[in-house]
Amino acid sequence: MIPLTHILILSALLFSIGVLGVMLRRNVIVIFMSIELMLNAVNLSFIGFARSLDSMTGVVFIFFIIVVAAAEAVVGLSIILAIYRTRKSLNIDDFNLLKW
Amino acid sequence: MSQIWLIPAFPLLGFLLNGFLGKFFGTRFVSFVGPMSIGLAFLQSVVLFFEMLKTEGHRIIENLYTWMAAGSFQVNISFQVDELSGLYLLIITGVGFLIHVYSIGYMKGESGYYRFFAYLNLFVFFMLILVLGDSFLLMFVGWEGVGLCSYLLIGYYFEKHSAAEACKKAFLFNRVGDFGVLSAVLLIFLSIGSLEFNTVNAQAAAQFEYGGVLVTVITLLLFLGATGKSAQIPLYVWLPDAMEGPTPVSALIHAATMVTAGLYMVARLSHLFMLAPVTMNVIAVVGTVTALLAATIAITQTDIKRVLAYSTVSQLGYMFLAMGVGAFTAGIFHVMTHAFFKALLFLGSGSVIHAMHHEQDMMRMGALRKKLPITYLTMMAGTLAIAGIPFFSGFFSKDEILWKAFSSPLGGGVFWALGFLTAGLTSFYMFRMMYLTFHGNSRVDSHLQSHLHESPWSMTGPLMILAVLSIFGGFFGVPHALHFLPNGMELYFHDFFAKLPGEAHGSVDTEIMLMILSVVLALFGWFWARRMYSGSLEAARRLSASWRTLYDLSLNKWYVDEIYQALIVTPGRLLSTHLLWQAFDKNVIDRSVNGSGVISRGAGGLIRGLQDGVMQTYALIFAIGTLTVIWYIF
Repeated sequence: MIPLTHILILSALLFSIGVLGVMLRRNVIVIFMSIELMLNAVNLSFIGFARSLDSMTGVVFIFFIIVVAAAEAVVGLSIILAIYRTRKSLNIDDFNLLKW
Repeated sequence: MSQIWLIPAFPLLGFLLNGFLGKFFGTRFVSFVGPMSIGLAFLQSVVLFFEMLKTEGHRIIENLYTWMAAGSFQVNISFQVDELSGLYLLIITGVGFLIHVYSIGYMKGESGYYRFFAYLNLFVFFMLILVLGDSFLLMFVGWEGVGLCSYLLIGYYFEKHSAAEACKKAFLFNRVGDFGVLSAVLLIFLSIGSLEFNTVNAQAAAQFEYGGVLVTVITLLLFLGATGKSAQIPLYVWLPDAMEGPTPVSALIHAATMVTAGLYMVARLSHLFMLAPVTMNVIAVVGTVTALLAATIAITQTDIKRVLAYSTVSQLGYMFLAMGVGAFTAGIFHVMTHAFFKALLFLGSGSVIHAMHHEQDMMRMGALRKKLPITYLTMMAGTLAIAGIPFFSGFFSKDEILWKAFSSPLGGGVFWALGFLTAGLTSFYMFRMMYLTFHGNSRVDSHLQSHLHESPWSMTGPLMILAVLSIFGGFFGVPHALHFLPNGMELYFHDFFAKLPGEAHGSVDTEIMLMILSVVLALFGWFWARRMYSGSLEAARRLSASWRTLYDLSLNKWYVDEIYQALIVTPGRLLSTHLLWQAFDKNVIDRSVNGSGVISRGAGGLIRGLQDGVMQTYALIFAIGTLTVIWYIF
């Protein structure tokens, strides 16, 4: 059986990759995928805890997160599509209108 | 089942229907809904009145729901029918119904017909709330509501400058009074902890020391409110100007019902007022002086409605005199008879004005008796009643008040003498009005002469009913001295009001003698008016010329409006313009407001660079922040 520590380290690595992806990448789609990566890193740590504590609560949480993530993906992708149609660009630096 | 809430519900429904749908459904709909809603309220009032008489303790209280509750303090929306509110209910809905019917004829063809009936219904609704409410707060809702409706109806012809000014004046003067009521209510709450009338009346004697400062201040503040609503010195000047409204409004609001709200409040709190002999004295003095002052103004006015307006102020003064000497029953009795004959006189004058195509100057009337026979006869009944000619309603109530002013331990000979003098003046100016309008030579414009006609049935019908009430209404309260009937009013109000602090003095013989004196004076006033005004007006002109100064004083209403203008309005305006507006508002308020804006904008300019619109900057700051927090914790 894989120890909890390994799972948590993997989860932390995945999460950090997601954070760096959001901060450093310029393509909106890639940023979006990085966000999903962070979500799933969290899911992974949930699963790890659920297994080591022998509890179903974490598993139930994952189902909720997956459902919400699916819904969020629909909304997010629609927004990205709408932005692309008006601005003809997927570069995040072009979308800086919302400021003073 | 009592169902008190139905009484105000009908007029409210009438207001909603007329106000929102009347414009689309037209005149017939409005003329049906308007009077009908009041008629139904009247029927329900009659039912409840008799139910109240059968109930133990003569009091029905209906609790609708809790309005507000905070700790031990609780205010309910609950209605109360007892002797006082029961009588008021009948007056408001009964006279109100007749005036609504009358308005169908009087307001015919006016633009905004539906608006008029909607306001009138709304007024009746608020007036019913005022008398039905069992706590100060509910009464205050009605109190403010009738003030609002009065404002709207005085300004009914709002395109006329004078009407717009008059309604503003009425509203402002009432605000001064409202300030008094509100302060008094707060003081009562602080000292008794309850706002229900029954609790306040029951606990007043235990909470306040007799003649103490606190109770005197409270009652004086309440009386200030009453002078505003009921048109007494110093706040009476709005009432004559309120005649700018349509005549049915003058009859309903400014003669029969709303102006008696102040008296209602004093009577309702009789136990509280009785604890403050100073206040009672102030009330009696103010009432007497107002009665006399208004009567001296009424004898020279030439506008038919203004004569009646000053007569109303004068009669209200009588009622306050009664309250002030502790004769609450007599005061409320006069409220009732006055509602009958003054509504009748106003509606009669409306009928004259209607026939004369909105001419109100009595100097352009005369000899209308033949043209308007029903109006003439009914108004004559009202005049006989108000002048105190024996066995008409006003005779009983007025003489009851004069006798109580003489005999009560709170009264005295001076009150009687001034009231007596006022009674003579009343008789004189009322018959003067009748002779100028209906007798003598016609001074009507020739082109109007052929158009003169009696008013339609919807107008003469209410006049006749009110005339019957004015003639016979007095038999409800025959004075003890004339014991051919028991004094119904005293039986009815048995033990309702606070007791006098001492024994009344004076014998039955004195009472009868004073009564005969005042009848002789009333007849003398009649005779004098007939001599001067039934033929040519030469004698009257000569008399006014020889008393030029007094005549001018009376004609110009003792210059009270001018004095108020000079003492209050002008300084107030100067103060507001130069100090409050130019100095304080512009320099302090405006600058502090603008200053806070400048400061906010400057501070924002410094830090707005952080918000660059690039999402990844935000993410970076967020991540750094999170890491800092984590590092700090572990």
